Amino acid sequence: MINKIVASMEQAVSDIKDGDVVMIGGFGSSGIPFHLIEALRLHKAKDLVVISNNAGVGEEGIASLLRDRLVRKIVCSYPRSYGSIWFERLFEENAIELELLPQGTFSERIRAGGAGIGGFFTPTGYGTKLAEGKETRIIDGKGYVFEKPLSADVALLKAERGDRWGNLVYNTAGRNFNPIMATAAKLTIAEVSAVVEIGELDPECIVTPGIFVHRVVVRKGGPV
Amino acid sequence: MNPIKTEDIARRLARDIPDGAYVNLGIGLPTMVANYVSPDEEVIYHSENGILGVGPAPERGQENPELINASKQFVTLLPGGAFFDNAQSFGMMRGGHIDIAVLGAYQVSAKGDLANWATNDEKYPPAVGGAMDLAVGAKQLFVLMRHTTAKNEPKILEECTYPLTGAGVVTRIYTDLAVLHVTPEGLRVHELHPGNSFEEVQALTGARLLPPI
Repeated sequence: MINKIVASMEQAVSDIKDGDVVMIGGFGSSGIPFHLIEALRLHKAKDLVVISNNAGVGEEGIASLLRDRLVRKIVCSYPRSYGSIWFERLFEENAIELELLPQGTFSERIRAGGAGIGGFFTPTGYGTKLAEGKETRIIDGKGYVFEKPLSADVALLKAERGDRWGNLVYNTAGRNFNPIMATAAKLTIAEVSAVVEIGELDPECIVTPGIFVHRVVVRKGGPV
Repeated sequence: MNPIKTEDIARRLARDIPDGAYVNLGIGLPTMVANYVSPDEEVIYHSENGILGVGPAPERGQENPELINASKQFVTLLPGGAFFDNAQSFGMMRGGHIDIAVLGAYQVSAKGDLANWATNDEKYPPAVGGAMDLAVGAKQLFVLMRHTTAKNEPKILEECTYPLTGAGVVTRIYTDLAVLHVTPEGLRVHELHPGNSFEEVQALTGARLLPPI
């Protein structure tokens, strides 16, 4: 019998280690696994490499990991937003390494990481500063940049509902990076609003099949 | 000199969006364009985070915190709309499925080079988001911006001095003075807004312009 449901956020993140590479779903404040991030912060693993589209705003979510100085490096496309005070402070202090990627390159590298692809050529960024030092090629007269796959030790996701096999569905645009990150980590953990019975999720509509998911944990109260 | 208001630039640009187009509006000023597209037209708006069929802002109290656009504003979904993951969303861009992207710009060159993601200030942390993917992938890239900076310096130049978002990607520029088309012959003034002469617009442009046909 397969049962991926774990009892608490704390238990879900308990074996994340210092130096781990952690993918975190979300775009802006949508689709962010705030409860898992808070458990990770309290767990105190440090020197983390965080792969997430943004670098957090205010004091919550990824910003709280930066504030507690648990993150060595961040890989993202849009670290600077209104209210990204902790990222800006650490960047100014030279206390965090930044790998900046065009958003489509960011998500495609994660997709490649989860799909066993050894890299790809993208036209995005060709001839710009973000392609400096990267291999390029002209294919049928058009310039492309070679990008390697991205994978992680752990992925933290937010979904709407899940079952004990790890099948997941999402809430509207909260989907964003969550389904691709689910595929690209050795340990994928999803926080959900509710767990449903096996067979209850419409198989035509399951977004993330359970094969990619290792732990499912229900969030209780707190920020959405 | 008779510059038009920013909302009138958006209104002018909206006239060039055909019925049935798939359109991505960049963050900031370009989002205003949606206010002026005729309600008789079915234009489908794409949002980079993973939405097709973006609708207007929700009524107060009806917001879904998960349902936001690229500018992180609450939006709604129109009937027929769809959600998808971010990799598929950017596949739509790079794969040439988006008909028109509308972006703001710091600078545009006469060849259609776009600079809109970074200045030359190194201590300011950079952020790029989806701008580079849209720039290379959209079938047409319209820039909506004021013709000059707040200090009256030209933003349309022979060569951009800021880091490029993409080379040779802009097809049209809509400013408060004119509509310009990037053509194989060079940058052509397609239309002057009333009260502006070709010579006046040329004087505020850092690249040689071709007169309207």
